[in-house]
Amino acid sequence: MKNALTIAGKELAGYFVQPVAYVVMGVFLALAGFFFFELLSYFQITLNMYAAMQNAGVLERINLNQRVIEPLLHNLSIVLVILVPAITMRTFAEEKRTGTYELLLTAPIRTGEIVAGKFIASAAFMLIMIALAGIFPVILAAFGNPEIGVMVSGYIGLALLSLAFVSVGLFTSSLTQNQIIAAISCFGALLLLFVISWPAQTGGGRVAGALRYLSLTEHFSQMVTGILDTSDIIYFLSLILLALFLTQRSVESARWR
Amino acid sequence: MIEVKNLTKLYGSFVAVSDVSFKAERGSILGFLGPNGAGKTTTMRVITGYMPATSGTVLVDGLDIFTQSLEARRRIGYLPENPPLYSDMRVEAYLRFVARLRGVPRAKMDEALDHAIQVCGLSGMAHRICGQLSKGYRQRVGLAQALIHDPPVLVLDEPTIGLDPRQIHEIRELIRKLSGDRTVVLSTHILPEVSQICDKVVIISDGHVVLEEQIAKLPAETSLEQVFLDAISRERHVETASAEEELEEVGAGHT
Repeated sequence: MKNALTIAGKELAGYFVQPVAYVVMGVFLALAGFFFFELLSYFQITLNMYAAMQNAGVLERINLNQRVIEPLLHNLSIVLVILVPAITMRTFAEEKRTGTYELLLTAPIRTGEIVAGKFIASAAFMLIMIALAGIFPVILAAFGNPEIGVMVSGYIGLALLSLAFVSVGLFTSSLTQNQIIAAISCFGALLLLFVISWPAQTGGGRVAGALRYLSLTEHFSQMVTGILDTSDIIYFLSLILLALFLTQRSVESARWR
Repeated sequence: MIEVKNLTKLYGSFVAVSDVSFKAERGSILGFLGPNGAGKTTTMRVITGYMPATSGTVLVDGLDIFTQSLEARRRIGYLPENPPLYSDMRVEAYLRFVARLRGVPRAKMDEALDHAIQVCGLSGMAHRICGQLSKGYRQRVGLAQALIHDPPVLVLDEPTIGLDPRQIHEIRELIRKLSGDRTVVLSTHILPEVSQICDKVVIISDGHVVLEEQIAKLPAETSLEQVFLDAISRERHVETASAEEELEEVGAGHT
């Protein structure tokens, strides 16, 4: 564990000496701000429209959470599909290319500790970034009356989603010494996890059910609407553990060849 | 002490190292000599536990590098062919990181850092960024990370490659100074280096050990260069001879 934290500390510091971290965070927050502003203005217009029509029934059903926070989180999840590969592509590929991999693998530490250290660092980076995006619910709470619980549930969903993305990214990076290949294959895998339930819309039966279960979107949407179900949390945790396990095997495999 | 026993390493079907055995005693410097592509780096990577042998064993101070890997790796300081530096880290932070990984206790951390920095002539460079160092200084930082945890065994893969003559001289002096009661294995293809600083020479060619001898016991009248060329050509000769035999056998089969 101590070794994992040593590696995590070095990795996290590494994110911030390079401009990559600031660019990724900047892009993420700028886009989030844009989405938030857009959604809020649209909400305002809709509200005024129904108010002018004096349609009290509809006015009561218009909901700040549903109209602003939900679409915001969905948009951010898509942004993460593109940004996470940029963060994780270096993790192993760069070490292999520059030869520092030899330093790590000949040090008296376990491969599990290397993987854990890298995961902790990327996870911490993601959580910081998502926490900064937490400013938007705070703004809403200050000037309106959104449901706090639903927003918390949604942000927990986004955090779990980002950790799952990061683990997939570590895995693809551990497979290659080329950062571009690592990034593109991570992007492909994440996008596939997003859309894998699409065939289920036309089909039925067990296959459809299985595809729906595998899909990130299904579980994420649940959490965004405020439903904190253990089965969704277990889905994310198992995805994270599976990807980290595969990463550990992939790193360890350098010792079999 | 390092004991390499019947080490064989295959990459797919390519034989990189075949049935290599030698012994490096404590308190001595072993020069591992061979032409490019002879299997020096492969052997060193197996010794340090970076990759496993296809067959055969390596014992580091009596510990098997494969089955007692963590314990054995703790005893090794390793300088790979390319110094494994993180180009965006500062020298001191980098050495501190390596020291932590190799289990230097917190109480001895500053002492270990100062010692490594001073011994390798890096004072004044501690706050420089690794990526901006010259080749000579990169090599020194590489050496400093190898000995930061005061290991009983040092494995150095071509420590003087790419340095200018003055730097080569300095690094050689440094290695000689470091050896003390350590076991040092260094690979090189520079012949005078071996006769100058090593106690023992192992010559490897095409993955086979062709000579293992104390420097002192080499015949005084022949230069190391002659010994080296003889050893390598003998190897080639054996190979052509066996190939000829095979050809003859094939020919015999046809008649």
